[in-house]
Amino acid sequence: MDLHLDRISHRYGRVEVLSDISLTIPQGRIVCIVGPSGCGKSTLLRMIGGLERPDQGAVLQQGLAPADCLNPLTFVFQDFALLPWRTVAGNVELVLEDHPLTRAARDRIVADVLARTKLSDFRDALPKQLSGGMKQRVAIARALAVNPAVMLMDEPLSALDAQTRELLMDDLIALWTRAPFTAVYVTHNLAEAVRLGHRIVVLSRRPGRIREVLSIDTPLSDRRAGDPALEAHQARLWQLMRDEAEAADMELSDV
Amino acid sequence: MSELPLTGQGGVRDDARPVPFRGGGFKPVRLRFLGAAVIVALILFVEWGTRAGVISNLTLPRPSDVLGTFRDLWTTGMLWDHLIPSLTRLAVGSALGVSTGIAVGVMIGLFSLARAGLVPLVAAIFPIPKIALLPLFVIWFGIDEGSKYALIAFGTFTPTVVSTYGAVDNVDRTLIRMGQSFGLGWWSIVRKIVLPGALPGILSGLRIGLSIGIILLVAAEMLGARYGIGAYILEAGSLYDLERLFAGVVILSALGVLTSGAIGWAERRLLAWRV
Repeated sequence: MDLHLDRISHRYGRVEVLSDISLTIPQGRIVCIVGPSGCGKSTLLRMIGGLERPDQGAVLQQGLAPADCLNPLTFVFQDFALLPWRTVAGNVELVLEDHPLTRAARDRIVADVLARTKLSDFRDALPKQLSGGMKQRVAIARALAVNPAVMLMDEPLSALDAQTRELLMDDLIALWTRAPFTAVYVTHNLAEAVRLGHRIVVLSRRPGRIREVLSIDTPLSDRRAGDPALEAHQARLWQLMRDEAEAADMELSDV
Repeated sequence: MSELPLTGQGGVRDDARPVPFRGGGFKPVRLRFLGAAVIVALILFVEWGTRAGVISNLTLPRPSDVLGTFRDLWTTGMLWDHLIPSLTRLAVGSALGVSTGIAVGVMIGLFSLARAGLVPLVAAIFPIPKIALLPLFVIWFGIDEGSKYALIAFGTFTPTVVSTYGAVDNVDRTLIRMGQSFGLGWWSIVRKIVLPGALPGILSGLRIGLSIGIILLVAAEMLGARYGIGAYILEAGSLYDLERLFAGVVILSALGVLTSGAIGWAERRLLAWRV
C-alpha cells in the first residue's frame, strides 16, 4: 500500500502551519521528515494517520493493505503512550482485544512480537519498572502486533538518551531488514534521518513547505555511525536546515 | 593546581572541608505508629489530668470512664442496636450517592452536552447545607429510613461528581489518542483507558464524600431516629452525660478512621501501577 499526500495545507487559526505539501510514501521504504521545530511535521504525521484533518488537500491510500493487517496506519509515539496500569503483555494485547481473534491467536501474536523486540522475559512487568528504551520497545511491539501497512513514527527516539537511541536504531534496522515495513519517520535528529531514511524530506520553517527530498541508496544494514558518505548527507541536510532553524528559533510562538 | 593528581587521595590538603549537605527535608516519610502514638499520648494526658484534678470532671470525662461506658454498651448489646442501623444507613446512602455521582461525573467528563447542562447545576447544589433539606426529604421520602438514605446519598453525590469529572478531564490525552490511533472502539477507550486513568482522582474524591456521609448520618439521626449513633449522642448530650457522649464520638472517629483506611487499602491495591 502506497500513500499519497495531495497538496496539503493547514492553518491553526490565523497561523499557517503547512503549505502545499505533496509527497508519495512508497511501500517498503522509510521516509524521514525533518525540519526545524514548529514546522508542522508532527501535525503532518497526525494527518497521515487520520488523527487530524487538513484544511486543504487529502491523504490518499493507494492499493489495499495486506489481508492480515489489523490497523493499516499505526503510530509509535514520542512519549510511548503505554497504559501504566497494564503489564507489557497487557499493553500489547490492548490493541488486539477489539478484533475478532481467538484467545490462542492473540496469545501467539503477543508472544511473537515480544520475542521480536526481545521483551519475552518482561511480559509481566509494569511500565513503571521499565527504562525509557524498554518502554519504547514495548510501544514498537504493540505497533508490530497489528501488522501495520505503514508505521507512523513521531520522534520515537527523542525521549531517550544517546546510547539507548543508538541501540534502538540498530533494533529498528534489524526489524526492517528481516521484514521490510513502510514507515514515515518524523525526527529533528539528522543522524537518525540518515541512518534510517531511504528518503529524507526536508521541511522549511512555518509554514512548512517541502524544501528538498533527498534519497539515500545505501542499504540500511550497511549504514554505520561515522560512515563518511552518511556524514556528507548529514552535513548537506544541516546546511539546508541551518538558516531555517535559526530563524525558527527566533520566532515568537503564538499558537 | 595542575600538579595535583586527578584521581586518588594524594592531593587532599589540610584545609579541605566536606561540602555541607543542604538537600534535606521536603520529602514525606511514612512513619507508621506516630499517628497512633499522638492519640494515645493525648488520652493519657487527659486521664492524668482528670485524676490529678487539673481538668475538672465537668470539662472532660475521664477516658477510663468512657471506656467503662463503652464496655456497658458492648455487654448489654446496645452497641449493635445503635451501630447496625447507622452502618446500614451509611452503606445504602453512600452507595447510592457515590454510584450516581461517578456515573454523572463520567458523563460530564465525556459529553460536552452533559457538561454544559449539568456543571452549573452541580455548582448550585454543592454549597447547600444538605441538612437544611432534611424536612423536604422527610416529606418526599417519609420519616423512616428513606429520608436518611436520601440525605446521605445527596451529600456524597456532589463531591463525587466534582472529583470524578475532574479526574476524567485529567486523563492523559495522549493515551486516548493512542487508543483512537489503534482503532479501539469508543466503549473500549472509556472502559480501558478513561476509567482506570480517572480512578486515582475518583478514589480521593471518595475520601471526602464518605466523610461528608458520616457527618450527615449523625445529623439525620439527631433529627429523627430512635436507634443509631446520632440518636445515642443526642440523648447523652441532652442529659449532659459526657461519658456516653464521648463513647458515641469515639465510635464516629473510629468509623472515620476505618473508612479512610479502607480507601487507603483500595488505593494501594488498585493503584499499584502508579509511579
